[in-house]
Amino acid sequence: MSSASVGTEERRQPLSAGRVAELMGAPVRGLFGYFGDHALLLLRSFTWLFRRPFRLRLFLEQMEFVGVGSLPIILLVGFFSGAVSAQQTIRALSLFGQERFVGATVGLSLALELAPVFTALMITARAGSGMATELGSMRITEQIDALSTFAVDPIQYLITPRVVASIIMMPIMTMVFNGIGLFGAYLYSIYLKQVDLGAFIEYFRYMTDPSDYFQGAVKAAVFGASLSVAACYQGFNVRGGAKEVGLATTRAVVAGSVSVLVLDYFLSDMLSTFFPYQA
Amino acid sequence: MSKLHDRSGANQADQPGRDERYQIQIRGLHKTFGVQHVLRGIDLDIERGRINIVIGGSGQGKSVLMKHLMGLLKPDAGQILVDGQDIVPLRDVALGVLRRKFGMVFQYAALFDSLNVVENIAFPLIERYSLPRDEIMTRVRDLLTRLDLGHVAGIEQKFPAELSGGQRKRVGLARALIDRPEILLYDEPTTGLDPVATKNVDDMILRASRDFGVTSVVISHDMASTFRIADTVSMLYDGKILVTGPPAELINAPYPPLQEFISMAGLSRETIGGEGAPG
Repeated sequence: MSSASVGTEERRQPLSAGRVAELMGAPVRGLFGYFGDHALLLLRSFTWLFRRPFRLRLFLEQMEFVGVGSLPIILLVGFFSGAVSAQQTIRALSLFGQERFVGATVGLSLALELAPVFTALMITARAGSGMATELGSMRITEQIDALSTFAVDPIQYLITPRVVASIIMMPIMTMVFNGIGLFGAYLYSIYLKQVDLGAFIEYFRYMTDPSDYFQGAVKAAVFGASLSVAACYQGFNVRGGAKEVGLATTRAVVAGSVSVLVLDYFLSDMLSTFFPYQA
Repeated sequence: MSKLHDRSGANQADQPGRDERYQIQIRGLHKTFGVQHVLRGIDLDIERGRINIVIGGSGQGKSVLMKHLMGLLKPDAGQILVDGQDIVPLRDVALGVLRRKFGMVFQYAALFDSLNVVENIAFPLIERYSLPRDEIMTRVRDLLTRLDLGHVAGIEQKFPAELSGGQRKRVGLARALIDRPEILLYDEPTTGLDPVATKNVDDMILRASRDFGVTSVVISHDMASTFRIADTVSMLYDGKILVTGPPAELINAPYPPLQEFISMAGLSRETIGGEGAPG
């Protein structure tokens, strides 16, 4: 019998139930493995937070990188996001002659959604990509192995400060985004659309609540954990050379951004249960 | 009597007796990555206070073997005895203590990009002890002088990117030596260097061995350097140690892979001038 006919017979053999389950289960296992690895990395980075030595300098450096370093882009994007929100809101409200609600509407949108999500996307693009590239480069140039030779745990030294800095700085940068976004909306509404200043401020004060900003801050902290773990995971696990570092950076930005948008849905749902809207 | 040791048929079940001549003894070491069986029963003795070089082609597992010596990788089977203590079962804390015996010089130095020369060299001291800054600086400057780096203008504040290949290797060696290790591991130290820089690195290894009295383990495929500085040479071939002996005797050893390696490097008995050379 020729080898070709053997191959045909083999292909015609019916798949066993076990083999079908294995084939169908592989992607599911992969997905769980992927999320499991991320969760494990987050857990390990938190575990190392409470073990000596405490390297405060590393935390401050990362807070400066994630926060202060991202300030210009947050200010720029925040200002125009607030202004464009006001633009579209006024356009819609003018149909009913209710332009005076623009401050309240933009303020609420910023506090609950725009500020945390846009800040997270900006920090993913700037700081997340930077983390993945830096860790990936350290991996391929054996700097991470070098840390281990000095009995320094690479997760404690490299990942814990980045994750913690992101969790701390994300809510702060979100509040900056809120402030500058509201300023953009204010300038556009008052000076270009001649909305009444008193009404703008009064309705904003009446409709928004500190709990709205608290919800935004909670979201921002969770996004900080998610984007930094995604970035560190990709960078830390690079194998190969410069090309793989580039691919890891791309994956870090995609994974970070997608995780922010997916988490946003579930967090909004969950937070609305704890903080039901009361007019 | 020949000092060569044929290792190709060594009994993997041998339990090594404690022999003070040898600082590291490896028995029956196996390591597999996926389907790739890289180390297939390594038996190797590393002589105390001497320069031990392991040669072998690319992809033979030299770096994998090196990482096992410091406990950076765990073998699938086998023993690694350092001063009579099997390091394979050791866990994180015990491995951390063990690693203080070791210094490692990486192929491309693996200096930390974000730290300057002084911070790189002082890194092991800062991480392991609470020494006064003056004492750390004294030890760093002493090493810089002994490794011919003291005269380079502004070397202390330079970052790795500002150093030449040879300078990086020497800073890497200084970092490995700063905590006065008993054992120094070199991972292909002459890779990517020109002949003059290669000679300088060879001298550096000789001087480190002579002046600091360390046991040196060098992984290399640079045959000219090997025959210039080695006290003992072992050849890694097909996942096992093929032969071990003094370089002058290896030149005549009847092992085809070794002879091919030597002849492909353009070396001969005459150029090496060993004991076994005729005339």
